[in-house]
Amino acid sequence: MPRLTIEDLKKIKERHKAEFTLREGGYKAKVTVHMGTCGIAAGARSVMTALMDEIAKTDAEDIIVTTSGCAGLCAREPLVTVEIMNSPPVKYCDLNEEKIREIFREHIIGGKPVEKYALVVGSETTY
Amino acid sequence: MEKFRANLMLCAGTGCVASGTTKVREALQEELKKRGLADEIKIVLTGCNGYCAEGPVMSVHPDEVFYQKLTVEDIPMLVEEHFLKGRPYEKLMFKEPEKKTAIPLMKDIPFFKHQVLRVLRNKGLIDPEKIEEYIARDGYQAAARALTEMKPEDIIKTVKDAGLRGRGGAGFPTGLKWEFASKVQSDVKYMLCNGDEGDPGAFMDRSVMEADPHSVIEGMLIGARAIGAHHGYIYVRAEYPLAVKRLQLAIDQATEAGLLGKNILDTGFDFELGIYLGAGAFVCGEETALMRSIEGRRGMPRPRPPFPAHKGLWDKPSVLNNVETLAQISPIILNGAEWYRSLGTEKSAGTKVFALTGAINNVGLVEVPMGIPLRRIIYEIGGGMKKGRKFKAVQLGGPSGGCIPEHLLETPVTYEDIVATGAIVGSGGMVVMDDNTCMVGTAKFFLEFTADESCGKCTPCRVGTKILLDMLTDITEGRGTESDIETLQDLAKDILSTSLCGLGQTAPNPVLTTIKYFRDEYESHINDKWCKAGVCRNLTTFWIDEELCKGCGACLRACPAKAIIGEKKQPHKIIQEVCVHCRTCYEACKFKSIKIMPAGFDGDPAVLAKAGEDAKGGKA
Repeated sequence: MPRLTIEDLKKIKERHKAEFTLREGGYKAKVTVHMGTCGIAAGARSVMTALMDEIAKTDAEDIIVTTSGCAGLCAREPLVTVEIMNSPPVKYCDLNEEKIREIFREHIIGGKPVEKYALVVGSETTY
Repeated sequence: MEKFRANLMLCAGTGCVASGTTKVREALQEELKKRGLADEIKIVLTGCNGYCAEGPVMSVHPDEVFYQKLTVEDIPMLVEEHFLKGRPYEKLMFKEPEKKTAIPLMKDIPFFKHQVLRVLRNKGLIDPEKIEEYIARDGYQAAARALTEMKPEDIIKTVKDAGLRGRGGAGFPTGLKWEFASKVQSDVKYMLCNGDEGDPGAFMDRSVMEADPHSVIEGMLIGARAIGAHHGYIYVRAEYPLAVKRLQLAIDQATEAGLLGKNILDTGFDFELGIYLGAGAFVCGEETALMRSIEGRRGMPRPRPPFPAHKGLWDKPSVLNNVETLAQISPIILNGAEWYRSLGTEKSAGTKVFALTGAINNVGLVEVPMGIPLRRIIYEIGGGMKKGRKFKAVQLGGPSGGCIPEHLLETPVTYEDIVATGAIVGSGGMVVMDDNTCMVGTAKFFLEFTADESCGKCTPCRVGTKILLDMLTDITEGRGTESDIETLQDLAKDILSTSLCGLGQTAPNPVLTTIKYFRDEYESHINDKWCKAGVCRNLTTFWIDEELCKGCGACLRACPAKAIIGEKKQPHKIIQEVCVHCRTCYEACKFKSIKIMPAGFDGDPAVLAKAGEDAKGGKA
């Protein structure tokens, strides 16, 4: 590590912000990928990978991704629930890589739910 | 930078490593790889999490789920259930001692819920071996401010106003100590850290050094700036290998980053820091002895004055602060004195870390605001007594401290209130004892320690502690005489008032407090030759009450000496000549029919009637 200046200390803090948001809490958006056996069989794995890829590309710091079990609607898997702080959660269904990338840009970053893929607004999960 | 969706904060403190962290980590890595999750989920090794009794422990973020007692065998299920399918794995969760219901979230577990973290602010949140992670949690920001925006007087004023007192035990105001040293003119001064943690059962400082070494280094850097020192040592005992390793790594990283050494952060300030390994002598925790030890001489105290602020290491002005004290400095500089005073009491501000251990359900490291009653620490955080046993005493301050009985459990934890009981806050050892503990034996245990660790320089300590120990040994072995209690008290007071250093000046405290609060135990040891707790072998007879014995044979099977005879469903009997007083039968009996009676008891009904409730059988 090169010698640091006071400015560098702030930069290091910024650089680690995403990781510490994860550890300390205080995130803006939470995305839950439903990973029951049904979800995995229907392709939840590649949805997850695409999502992680998008997050890495945008350098977003306050989005967390988590997994949960079967959402109970196995026929419409892969399912994903998007929760933006202070607005009702939205469940998306029949997802694939392209769809999740679109949802990421429009809803998670843009704040506007993608109605055409949405199953329902509202969810049993909360913050 | 790589993105992970989850961080697994796996405890790599000494306790958890001893319970298997290394193997668990390998198994986790392997399993995550196998499941294709290695790029999404990151394992971070942290310092001590504090909940040492149930290690290895791990907290999962962002879910905040807490797992304990991890084993290699459980890892595949854990990874599949929680990390692949998102279903937190109940088997490894914390369970309430009574109800056995699982509590998934760390913040809901009583042990963590009632703590307030300042010293341990980075506990379980950073990898102590990566300086970037410390910096990401505002690390070295306070040092930057102290070196650029603040004059030494400003730093000293802030620390004084905060009311921070030395956490090593004596509770001397830190700011005042710094002020004394700063006012002395000298070309060379030393900033020292006391990591010679020696109290039996105490591990606060070790945990801080292991979990957050940079917080200690930053505190020293700020202190060095305040007193005008350019050299420093961390004195740490060699039997803390992990602490030594992480401190050295932290010093190397900080030096490379220009946070130690010459021209720190381009401010023109120099501070060189080194580690000095102690060989583990208890007396070297005393400041003048510690300094002699660094000089390469035998660790022995010398009379004060001159105080180290004037003549310390190599006769140069020196400041010695405890690990926990130093770890509090940077948040005080960043957040101000008022913030620090928002917790604690007028004279005892802020928080204190305790190593909570003994006969309670939750054993581990806890940080609480000062002024909290002892009862809350023991019952809310500690989860109460193990196996529902009866509380007897809590020992504070290790060999320099004392035992506090039940009727004083509402005592707030402040320097003044604890001293008023006869104990001391000390460095933070807190041992809870149940009714299976002999208080004379407890005093003897601590005197064995201090008599052994006395350096021998002054007579009151060298000879006095030995005589105290011999007398206590006599009492516990049945040779006590009536005048012993008075003699013990007189001698204890003489040692207190005439010893050279803190070791001797506090060594009699365990004797004095046990006499003060448990005098009846001394009396029954001396007069009745009876150790009611059944600990002192010469002063107990294990005796089966035939009226209560169901003849189940549990004691007979448990006895390692084959001292118990009896037919099934008939009352059993202990052959006293064969009995080795190991207590095994007492613990094995489910009907409380085995009683602890005085030495030489032969079933005499008169003695039994007189003993009454005191001869209550075990176990509860």
